[in-house]
Amino acid sequence: MKTLKDVAVGETVTVARLHGEGPVKRRIMDMGITKGVEILVRKVAPLGDPMELNVRGYELSVRKADAEMIEVN
Amino acid sequence: MEIKIALAGNPNSGKTTLFNALTGSRQYVGNWPGVTVEKKEGRLKGYDDVIIQDLPGIYSLSPYTLEEVVSRSYLVNEKPDAILNIVDGTNIERNLYLTTQLIEIGIPVVVAVNMIDLVRRNGDEIDLAALSEKLGCRVVEISALKNEGSQEAAKLAVEAAQQKRAGEMPRVFNGPVEHAIAHIEESLQDQVPATNLRWYAVKVFERDEKILSELRLDAATAADIEQHIVDCEKQLDDDAESIITNQRYAYIASVVEKGVKKKAAKHALSASDKIDQIVTSRVLGLPIFAVVMFLIYAIAMGGWSISIGTAATDFTNDVIFGEWVPGLFDTILGAVGVTEGSVLYGLIQDGIVAGVGAVLGFVPQMLVLFLLLAILEDIGYMARVAFVMDRIFRHFGLSGKSFIPMLVATGCGIPGIMASRTIEQDRDRKMTVMTTTFMPCGAKMPIIGLIAGALFNESAWVAASAYFIGMASIIISGIMLKKFKMFAGEPSPFVMELPSYHVPSVGNVLRATWERGWSFIKRAGSVILVSSIIIWFLSSFGTVNGQFGMVDNLWEDESVATEEYVESVAARMGISADEAAPMDDSILAGIGNTISPIFKPLGFGSWKPTVATITGLVAKEEVVGTFGVLYNYDDQGGEDELGENGEQLWDRVAEDFSPIAAFAFMVFNLLCAPCFAAMGAIKREMNNAKWTLGAIGYMCLWAYVCAFITYNVAGVAVGQVAFGPGTVIGIALIALIIYLLVRRGYVPEEGTKAVTSVAAAAAAAN
Repeated sequence: MKTLKDVAVGETVTVARLHGEGPVKRRIMDMGITKGVEILVRKVAPLGDPMELNVRGYELSVRKADAEMIEVN
Repeated sequence: MEIKIALAGNPNSGKTTLFNALTGSRQYVGNWPGVTVEKKEGRLKGYDDVIIQDLPGIYSLSPYTLEEVVSRSYLVNEKPDAILNIVDGTNIERNLYLTTQLIEIGIPVVVAVNMIDLVRRNGDEIDLAALSEKLGCRVVEISALKNEGSQEAAKLAVEAAQQKRAGEMPRVFNGPVEHAIAHIEESLQDQVPATNLRWYAVKVFERDEKILSELRLDAATAADIEQHIVDCEKQLDDDAESIITNQRYAYIASVVEKGVKKKAAKHALSASDKIDQIVTSRVLGLPIFAVVMFLIYAIAMGGWSISIGTAATDFTNDVIFGEWVPGLFDTILGAVGVTEGSVLYGLIQDGIVAGVGAVLGFVPQMLVLFLLLAILEDIGYMARVAFVMDRIFRHFGLSGKSFIPMLVATGCGIPGIMASRTIEQDRDRKMTVMTTTFMPCGAKMPIIGLIAGALFNESAWVAASAYFIGMASIIISGIMLKKFKMFAGEPSPFVMELPSYHVPSVGNVLRATWERGWSFIKRAGSVILVSSIIIWFLSSFGTVNGQFGMVDNLWEDESVATEEYVESVAARMGISADEAAPMDDSILAGIGNTISPIFKPLGFGSWKPTVATITGLVAKEEVVGTFGVLYNYDDQGGEDELGENGEQLWDRVAEDFSPIAAFAFMVFNLLCAPCFAAMGAIKREMNNAKWTLGAIGYMCLWAYVCAFITYNVAGVAVGQVAFGPGTVIGIALIALIIYLLVRRGYVPEEGTKAVTSVAAAAAAAN
């Protein structure tokens, strides 16, 4: 299973499924990361975490630990 | 009849700018009942009967964050007459997500598409009529920053409120979802107001715990509804919450496709993104961060010629509250016949003017600092600070943004505590408020200077160790505390928008600066006034030879303070007769004597350091001043004014303290409860008596433990203290701290949802 955490900077992927439950998952979805959406991994923070994504036309930052909940194609 | 219009929108959508443009100076700022979320309302310009209620910036109406819960309970229970929904036109897809939820509540909605100037500049087109048709509500374009169309949008909202009729609800959901929701609506229609029916039905479908516990469905209905939800989940192979979110975004995608034409390609770099490619890049991100932080420190806190904040505060302290105000009061009091030495004179000059002046002196520095922070926030760099520092700070239960309060606290703890307001996460913010004053502030420097000079040959290591102890205390406290239930229960998802960079708006920046400064003056001011008066009273009054009054006056009267009496005082205090001073008879000295045994285990259990510690609560530099009084600096006559680090006292202090006891005294004073002004700021930020007391209590406890270990364990290690029971207890305390650091900590029960800030606030309120 490939997750968003493993995606290289500059790569664009499509969300296949979200794992986990509760507030964090809801927050991720509320911010627009839902099944089928295209995500570009824009960059990684200077210290290696969190990562910056471009999704639905804006910039969003997510910790790698949370990115692991997002299964991508 | 008054009309209430709720202003709702995402963070960074320009909501504050719009609110300021609509209400001007007619604003009221407070807090939502029981929580630390700020509440603002104001009257619409040109309408005396229209109130604009500013809701917190939110992305959704989920039950998981305080801001969202506050907003939705206001919208559903207080029933405003209309909602003015501000939407960022440059980021319309995610912004409309909230819109679809607002419309469901059943209150008339007007959508204002903001930043239309930027949309046009990007070459994008937004078809307002198409959006309006798809969403079932009025849609207008505005530029809040340029005050273009703002008043018209508000006018439309007023009209919508007067018509009292919401538009037709858009068909957001389809297939089995709509079927299930329609079924739920049928079961609920007798229980909830007809206008809110769709809202409740969708929330029940999502299994929203707050709504379910509010509705108290009977078992049969609940089971019937649950069956429909489960069927739907099976059919779509997803959980209910995800199904709703997916369909909302799918619907919005169809709206955007019809109504918005973007010129730039998908995932293209905007001008802001290009700037950010450099500002937060892997190579330059940290150096740029360091430069920005250094500039803030240099301008607001440092001691250089560019340090406007320090210069302004020095001027206020030394000139305004050092000469002008006391001089003015001298004149006034003289004119009305209140002479120096009288009770009233002492109360006004030494109690009120000196105490309040000590606090107001920091206001200019705070305003400079808040101005810089407001600019950073308005530009959009604050979010980047969190982005860059998150990796380090999350381990201590803090936010990347906690870096700023801690940096600021090395200058003064008060603005440090108040700077924590930029941290969104409730838990991170509380933790920052609790630990930030561990950093040695400017006023603690004289204490360090006194101890280093008196006992350590002015070694620079003493100051260095003070900073080290401060930072270690923050880190250790963070790790220990985050394992306790009240902190650990709450997950802090770091799913954060990095807003586009903007040119800051002068109006917003100045207003934010003033709001923070004023709230400090107002709230902290009252706490400080009262406590300054109390400390003044305790230190100036007492019983001299059986007579109660101001000790200074009674001592001057030789018929009261007879020679034998002075000798008896000296004997009681364990000093020689020429060392005895009026303050030895004060109530404070009595209190110091009574409670000094508490500090025995720390090595400085005599009344002088105890009294100095108490007066340090007024302002930390008072510790040195009090030593000056208690070690009779005044009596020597002819000498210069007491040096900032109490240079002239060094010999006398050195006689009284062993180096390790002096060091323990310093550790205690660095870490224990901060000055009253900082405590006032803590109270302001916690907005809760329990949390305020808890925070201050924790600081005192931590200070005691650290000083105890310093004296009893480090003291034995350096050979200045004999091994004893204290050493054993000290070692046990170290073991306890290590245990608290490495233990697994509280983990929310498996299977149940983790406690959110919402639940935490509810628990704190009980």
